[in-house]
Amino acid sequence: MRLRSPEDLERLRKRAQAERKEREGKKGIVLCAGTGCRGAGALEVWEAFRREIGERADVRLMNTCCHGFCERGPIVIVEPEGIFYQRVTPKDVAEIVAETLNGGKVIERLLYKDPKTGEPIPYEKDIPFYKKQKRLIFGNNRYIDPTRIEDYIALGGYKALIKALFEMTPEEIIEEVKRSGLRGRGGGGFPTGRKWESCRNAHGEPKYVICNADEGDPGAYMDRSLLEGNPHSVLEGMIIGAYAIGAHEGFVYVRNEYPLAVQNVTTAIAQAEDYGLLGDDILGSGFSFRVKVVRGGGAFVCGESTALMASIEGKPGEPRAKYIHTVESGIWGKPSNLNNVETWANVPLIIREGADWYSQIGTEGSKGTKIFSLVGKINNTGLIEVPMGITLREIVYEIGGGIPGGKKFKAVQTGGPSGGCIPEELLDLPVDFDELTKAGSMMGSGGMIVMDEETCMVDVARYFVTFLEDESCGKCVPCREGLMQMRKILERITRGEGKEEDIPLLEEICEAMRDGSLCALGGTAPNPVLTTLKYFRDEYEAHIKEKRCPAGVCRELITYYIDEEACTGCGRCLRVCPAEAITGEKKEPHRIDPEKCIKCGSCKEVCRFDAVKVK
Amino acid sequence: METVELTIDGKKVTAPKGSTILEAARKNGIDIPALCYHEGISPYGACRLCMVEINEGGRDRLVASCIYEAKDGLEVRTSTERVNRVRRMAMELLLARCPRSEVIRQMAAKVGVERTRFPERPPEEDDNCILCGLCVRACREVVGVSAIGFAYRGSKREVATPFHESPELCIGCGTCAYVCPTGCITFEDKGNVRVIWGREFEMQKCKVCGRYFAPVAQLEYIRKKAGLPEGFFDVCPDCRSS
Repeated sequence: MRLRSPEDLERLRKRAQAERKEREGKKGIVLCAGTGCRGAGALEVWEAFRREIGERADVRLMNTCCHGFCERGPIVIVEPEGIFYQRVTPKDVAEIVAETLNGGKVIERLLYKDPKTGEPIPYEKDIPFYKKQKRLIFGNNRYIDPTRIEDYIALGGYKALIKALFEMTPEEIIEEVKRSGLRGRGGGGFPTGRKWESCRNAHGEPKYVICNADEGDPGAYMDRSLLEGNPHSVLEGMIIGAYAIGAHEGFVYVRNEYPLAVQNVTTAIAQAEDYGLLGDDILGSGFSFRVKVVRGGGAFVCGESTALMASIEGKPGEPRAKYIHTVESGIWGKPSNLNNVETWANVPLIIREGADWYSQIGTEGSKGTKIFSLVGKINNTGLIEVPMGITLREIVYEIGGGIPGGKKFKAVQTGGPSGGCIPEELLDLPVDFDELTKAGSMMGSGGMIVMDEETCMVDVARYFVTFLEDESCGKCVPCREGLMQMRKILERITRGEGKEEDIPLLEEICEAMRDGSLCALGGTAPNPVLTTLKYFRDEYEAHIKEKRCPAGVCRELITYYIDEEACTGCGRCLRVCPAEAITGEKKEPHRIDPEKCIKCGSCKEVCRFDAVKVK
Repeated sequence: METVELTIDGKKVTAPKGSTILEAARKNGIDIPALCYHEGISPYGACRLCMVEINEGGRDRLVASCIYEAKDGLEVRTSTERVNRVRRMAMELLLARCPRSEVIRQMAAKVGVERTRFPERPPEEDDNCILCGLCVRACREVVGVSAIGFAYRGSKREVATPFHESPELCIGCGTCAYVCPTGCITFEDKGNVRVIWGREFEMQKCKVCGRYFAPVAQLEYIRKKAGLPEGFFDVCPDCRSS
């Protein structure tokens, strides 16, 4: 059914809301089936619920995408009470239906327990992980079946589009976005409104808008989850942006390794087209706009705007210098406005609620919220949305629940592979674009990898440099050759073959790469090396001068041994050792033969008495 | 012709509008080193030797002069300490990549690099290729066939024929070899055949002097492109003009 006017859309909304209202207070199962929970078996749980509930009309089954608390997936919420069950398996389903859904009883075994008090928490609204967050962009995932446009519309979806198309001029929209203070969420942090304005004023037709969903940072998946879980919020932002800029064609460039995101955004586009929210004469406004999905082949560098545009054109994904901005000359030499998934998703909110409201959230230079993917050595792995300006300490300890196993926090790596490592003494840093840059790191697209005391920072630098060497397109000399030589130096240091002149040499390469690389990948690639050198120089020096890895990670520099006091002689380590390096009689302390030991760490992993040590 | 006036190393120079900084400099006798630049081929900005420092909007920044357009009032400095540091590092890195290349050694010496602190590529891996892309661009833009391209990425990047097979589209013209600054692409003429990129090309024999003067595939390509009659290249250019 095609909607021909705003009134048509409002009528549809009323119907969708009435349907929703009717379900309120009734029984229901909401399952998180985003990619993360699917990996943990959510689809099997879904099938089990379908079998168990069958054709019952009194229970509504709802399949959503990521809620963010991935550590505890698959997540099931039982409505209407909002009971929160975690790590649900198909075996639990019959019990959930019989006990909770039918019997109204809470199954304690499936509840999340407060890690501090050990108390079970029955309701979703009381989970501490969610409490400190401000989920303006990401929160709706929980209430939306992404394959149903009506769910989005019932929640006020496409309201901002009506306002933009019928009550605002393109200039007014741009002004509103400028005043909101929205900055690009893909990493650059460029003011969105200014970018739109430049593109609107650029000469040349046609103009294009692009959604960058080529999220490639290891451990980062907020764009994926947003596109999977709430694709219409991204599309609505794009339509508003296209109208403001004067574009009639748009692209969603999404990596093919995100099959569910590709599927859901493709479905969303088809549904929006059916309703006439995309296509010719949108809602009778006279404005026409179409969106195509372009699937990326998985090159990290294609997240760089000029490489991405080359890829859309069908050329190899290699960046070019941006001396002429893409807003003036982008795809096929035409003015092209590229924004990241999350940036687009912020737009409907700004138009609907207004710049004055939006700009109250955040800090002086960074407005609104930011979604981070909190991963690594952290209790609550997942996606979090927080107001700009929140401190790293609040993120790590209050939302993230601290470090597992009572270990000590060492650093948090922000901004993806070319971000930097921020040490404990900067944990009170307010998180925004400028503060992170000042600390030598960056916001990037929002990856946050937490590291504990057992992480070797030289090894971390080596890891990221190796990743970037692999992902560099190889076009310009400093990035291609510089990363390779840095990797070789870092490998030598972690093997205990470092020389004192290596540190200044690394710094020299970093400087030349920063000043001399062709694109932002090469220009920011030194960050992991520079920040670890700045904040953890003593670790480099220990590797080089003392041939010692303080964190006990670098294989060539460590020895495994058994603490005879602690060893009970249980024999677990002896059985698991692949090199037959462990000897000892039953109930007598065991020993590791350092000659035979291959330092795989299996013994340490299985020991129940913490008797295997590293020095 | 419209011109722009800019300052390079304190000297006021003029250049046709649309020129790059590098073109403006060279036209005015100011040398800026470069390895991936060729005046007949579109600029690429990859070797980073031609970096210069400019001041724009009160901010100093480094740009690649081969792709940055010369504008009115632009102030360019071609050899500041920052510029030289990038150039020296780029050459030190290239010297490790191609330690046996005379061209690279000379260019390194020119920017003040006598030796490299990085491990040199062993002879068996060293093909003297610096990945400047002149061959790839020449084949695409000048010849118009795109028989070769880049394969792989990052430090594994190389110039290659499709799938490393004998290149179907190649016409054996040898432009890639002529334009290669380090001489790493070569071809061999053995009487009636030319061997390049692992493929043998039959050579055209001049009906007058009997000399084998060019690959038949290349002559056919030119003949068709220029709409010349069949048999046009039966005679070599020397005999034709005499």
